[in-house]
Amino acid sequence: MLNVVKAELRKMKRPSLTLVTFAIVAALSTLFTSLIFLRLGSASDRPRGREMMQSVESMSRFDGGYYSFTLMGLFIGLIALTIFASQSSNEYTYGTLRNLLVRQPSRMKLLAGKFFAMTAFVILLTTSAAIVNIALSYGESGHAHIDTKLWLSSKAFTGFFTAYGNMILGTIGYGLVGMSLGIILKSPMSAISISLLWFMVLENILSAILSSSAKWLPGNALSAVSTGGGTVFSYQRGLIVSAAYLLLFGGIATLLFKRRDVAS
Amino acid sequence: MSQLAISVSDLTKIYGEQTALSHATFEVPLGSVCGFVGPNGSGKTTTIRMLLGLITPTGGSGTVLGEDIRSPEKYLSKVGAMIEGPAFYPMLSGRENLKVLADLGGFPHERVDLLLEKVGLGERGSSKFKTYSLGMKQRLGIAAALLPEPQLLILDEPTNGLDPNGIQEIRELIKELAENGTSVFVSSHILSELEMISEYLVMLRKGKVIFSGRTQDLLGNQKPITSAKPEYQVDLNKLVMIVKELGYQARVENGAIYIPVGAEIGAVLNRAAFEAGVTLSSISTQQPTLEETFFEMTEEN
Repeated sequence: MLNVVKAELRKMKRPSLTLVTFAIVAALSTLFTSLIFLRLGSASDRPRGREMMQSVESMSRFDGGYYSFTLMGLFIGLIALTIFASQSSNEYTYGTLRNLLVRQPSRMKLLAGKFFAMTAFVILLTTSAAIVNIALSYGESGHAHIDTKLWLSSKAFTGFFTAYGNMILGTIGYGLVGMSLGIILKSPMSAISISLLWFMVLENILSAILSSSAKWLPGNALSAVSTGGGTVFSYQRGLIVSAAYLLLFGGIATLLFKRRDVAS
Repeated sequence: MSQLAISVSDLTKIYGEQTALSHATFEVPLGSVCGFVGPNGSGKTTTIRMLLGLITPTGGSGTVLGEDIRSPEKYLSKVGAMIEGPAFYPMLSGRENLKVLADLGGFPHERVDLLLEKVGLGERGSSKFKTYSLGMKQRLGIAAALLPEPQLLILDEPTNGLDPNGIQEIRELIKELAENGTSVFVSSHILSELEMISEYLVMLRKGKVIFSGRTQDLLGNQKPITSAKPEYQVDLNKLVMIVKELGYQARVENGAIYIPVGAEIGAVLNRAAFEAGVTLSSISTQQPTLEETFFEMTEEN
């Protein structure tokens, strides 16, 4: 299986994928952090319900250093989904799956190896997002007169690593959705567009029309995992619902990958 | 160890209501070059896919290098293959594409440059695959097939898109591999090429094996063909009638008539034509080529 991981990583380290993806993550991290600091006010200025708007006081808390990072769950998740979907379905589009299966006939090893390689890639991506967010937050804290004493406390480290772990879990979840759809649909365009349409549009419409459905939707569940739980979903419920969806989609995709004839 | 590179018995593949391959039975001896021929849609690629474990047979059995085709992991490390044309990642260079496959199969990277040189891509190894011509893509496909230093090489249309020099190079490469003990199972539409290199032949028609055995046995058993050309093209139909009166059937092609009979007709035909006022500019008898035999055996009834 290590051979499969090595081969997959070799494909993924091409500049057109790595540079573009890391540049997008860096740009998003910069955007999120900048927006938070640009809209920084005092606690009394903060309108109710405006979660993106932070005060100097709230940013001085232990989680202020990595606060902007915690807001990126959906975006990093969707980037992971795109990568997993395209890396899986392109094998069908390019017709390269037959080459891979001749060199590694165990389809389960091939699938697992691809998954681990892509997981390693998105862990690196998430880590880079964390580094950029925290570094920018530090850089901006001086201008914004934010006291960063608590940012280096043990509570801050515990909080960060919990948020980082949740973010990685959520990101892998989004990735698995992309990988499953990529294998089922055998087309990167279909897999990516259907996923984005669902997570960014249809789920929001469904939640608005039928509020009771919000507790069962996969995007909300994955989002709860990424952020450590929210108002709609607790963290535990997010984990359970996400796992159920991933087992369903992953199971169908695995079965198809294992049994489907590679005919073209 | 089995003395057969490939052996299949009653191998069958059915897609829905369509039978792609029906009860195919043939053997390919170890160390031989075996041509695999048949019209488009006759089941060649389906057979190759089953030999490589890409699709599951509906029925029958088979072995590759002595191992069951239902356990491809037992033999594929010793098999090189190029199927349905070369398929690689367009954004990667030829060299990186080969390294991906070398990583996957656990083969040393040193072989990559060696093989790029061997197939004439040494100077273009760093160019992206998407910039390659069809011939270059084909060469890269052959290099990929040679990565594992295979005991058995399965090639599906390896000369597709190659210029005459390229075709000759591939022919020489196959000969060289066979001399070194590699078994080669090769499908091609260029039958004159196959005739030159194949000791054995498997011929398919509509999903069924219609011949498998030594090429010499196939060609030796065919009736010789006598061709005759009239001096003037206007006499062609008259010549066909003369042949008919002599009790033979003739087909007309490229200004000549072809009669499926040996040299014994020569003198009789010449005399009959002379008496009818037709002068023959040439008359000759030949054993049919593989191409002629192929058309004879695979044409519709």
